[in-house]
Amino acid sequence: MRWIWIDKFIEFHSGRRAVAVKNVTLAEEHLHDHFPGFPVMPECLMIEAMAQTAGILVGEAKNFQEKVILAKIGKAVFFDYVTPGDSIRLEAQIETISPEAASTSGRITRGDQLIAEIELMFSHIDQNLAGKKFPEENFVFTGAFTSLLRDVVLESSQPGARGTESAP
Amino acid sequence: MSRDEIFQKVQGVLVDALGVDDDEVTADATLMGDLGAESIDFLDIVFRLEKAFGMKVPREELFPVESLLNDPQLVSNGRLTDQGLAELRQRVPHTDLTEFQKNPDINKLADLFTVNAIVNYVDSRMNAA
Repeated sequence: MRWIWIDKFIEFHSGRRAVAVKNVTLAEEHLHDHFPGFPVMPECLMIEAMAQTAGILVGEAKNFQEKVILAKIGKAVFFDYVTPGDSIRLEAQIETISPEAASTSGRITRGDQLIAEIELMFSHIDQNLAGKKFPEENFVFTGAFTSLLRDVVLESSQPGARGTESAP
Repeated sequence: MSRDEIFQKVQGVLVDALGVDDDEVTADATLMGDLGAESIDFLDIVFRLEKAFGMKVPREELFPVESLLNDPQLVSNGRLTDQGLAELRQRVPHTDLTEFQKNPDINKLADLFTVNAIVNYVDSRMNAA
């Protein structure tokens, strides 16, 4: 089982804004326990989906050189349930980005309906304030995540390799 | 901008960043002890101050402590040396060192960062321009 909570990017504006979609399906095993007879996507997984959308946006802004880790959930407000068969749209935008951290705001919608508002902060852990050292290779952005960007036309397209895999 | 206006805005920033109530954000409240701030919150506070006051805030100007703690000339036996105190005074003119310098225990450094210290910093930046 892979821990990827977004299916594809439909928009990607490097350093500014990204939009991803996630299709919710009864084939997701946890839905049968959450809850029996009333399957709904757990809010924590919606936050994770937003963290992946926003985290990739933040990571790409620095060419995946930083290890981008979710550090703070500033706000996560939900307005309705998301159920199997729904296709949700996750929009994230970078509010601020600095060498040590980034903050993002985001909305999840289903069609015209607002499902959630989520504000996140990410830490670039190699630039951490405590002087802690982490392994050199980027364990955050593995092939699983960088491949999500392959099909998206990047607004500022650059030739050459990105992240840990070379472009096709 | 008057000091009162600055205080109101700083209060708003801290309420948003730390999820505390207005009435908890008093002038003497310490960020870490009283308001529960952690290191990621310090970065969040800096981002929000920049937005609220329309100025760039180099993080090391507001919360410069880490590099101090790692220098053996500045810290000895868990206390700041005279050189350390002088260095601190220079880097954080917006904090109140009167009590701290009587016993410069590095574990008490965090208590220097009060709401007032932030208001002082913003005030000096806005009124220097």
